[in-house]
Amino acid sequence: MFDAFVQIVRKDLLGAFRQQSDILNPIWFFVIVVTLFPLGIGTDPALLARIAPGIIWVAALLAALLSFERLFKDDYIDGSLEQMMLAPHSLTWLVCAKVFTHWLLTGLPILFVSPLLAVFLSLEENTFWALFLTLLIGTPILSLLGAIGVALTIGLRKGGVLLSLIMLPLSIPILIFSTMAIDAASFGQPYLGLLALLGAMLVGAITLAPFAIAASLRVSVS
Amino acid sequence: MLECKNLTCVREERVLFNNLNFALSPGEILHVEGPNGIGKTSLFRLLVGLSSPYSGDIYWQQQNIMSDRESYYQNMLYLGHKSGVKPELTALENLQFFHRLYNPSVELDLWDILTLVGLVGYENIPTAQLSAGQQRRVALARMWFSDCPLWILDEPFTAIDKSGVKVIENLLIKHAHKGGMIILTTHQDLSLPTDLYKKLTLQKPAIGEQYV
Repeated sequence: MFDAFVQIVRKDLLGAFRQQSDILNPIWFFVIVVTLFPLGIGTDPALLARIAPGIIWVAALLAALLSFERLFKDDYIDGSLEQMMLAPHSLTWLVCAKVFTHWLLTGLPILFVSPLLAVFLSLEENTFWALFLTLLIGTPILSLLGAIGVALTIGLRKGGVLLSLIMLPLSIPILIFSTMAIDAASFGQPYLGLLALLGAMLVGAITLAPFAIAASLRVSVS
Repeated sequence: MLECKNLTCVREERVLFNNLNFALSPGEILHVEGPNGIGKTSLFRLLVGLSSPYSGDIYWQQQNIMSDRESYYQNMLYLGHKSGVKPELTALENLQFFHRLYNPSVELDLWDILTLVGLVGYENIPTAQLSAGQQRRVALARMWFSDCPLWILDEPFTAIDKSGVKVIENLLIKHAHKGGMIILTTHQDLSLPTDLYKKLTLQKPAIGEQYV
């Protein structure tokens, strides 16, 4: 069973490294969107530090949205998705492997570039760590929620817009709690409670979303 | 043994076939025939559980296939129109994946399989750059190391050359002799021994029953 998980992760990573533009484009998009803000609204450090959490989180959301197409779409087109649904393992479990790989390829790189963006937006160290932790907990939730949306819209020819309409409202709670935590940190207040709420959302998403994804795939592919 | 009872398939309110009954026992090859659009692929998607029938049930060893998918899928190999082969991976990597995920208990050397399907020398090229026939061969290679008794093959011979078709026919006969079951569609004439070979011709429903 664990071998099946490893095989899926391995295959997806291998495929992604053969098509590197797929991994790099969302990251570039993320970095560019964030750098546009200082250009657009001026370079006053106090102003930038004030709006930085919102900017980074909205950019991360949009970058995630950009990358969801890859999650099941290619597999749907070349038939690997059908074959995955016919594998002698629980589809829910295999779907976990897919989402985990998606997070490795999109969520993790965002964490890696976040120190750079903290410098761009003149964040203090304490605020940066809050940002880092919210991204660490929040991006897997985005991957899980997005996967439900992708699974629901996969059979549609122009599912992209519908996907954003499903996905963005669902991610509002994550956005609210993350930016609240970062704001609290920037005022020097404790933010552990807000992180714990995000953590609870992550636990809920990890336990429930894979079942929803598997069920949506069964409906969409039939 | 695979059994279909009173199977009815409806697509966009049109009845493709209704009250289809058949059973397949070990050692039999069933050739599903009929013109384009009659519902062969739809029937196959019902048989593998990718879509659910409008009415009727499918049983594998007396168990409804929907009730215990995982044990059914341990015994079933489906090759559809879409090959399931990843274009950016090489033939060898694709086969490794299929082997480890679907038939991990089978001991084998994948190089032997590559030799059998005539892909030695192409193993390091991404499958996207292979010809259509070669890509098809990568998908069909799974039949050589599958330990599943039931094979469901939707147009397996598309893009395969004549000598390749011969090789696959022999493989099908060998599988049937070992007690395997095969359901396939093809528009080619097959030279399979008649004692193993049954035909099922799908027909349009009677005039009054074409719509639900």
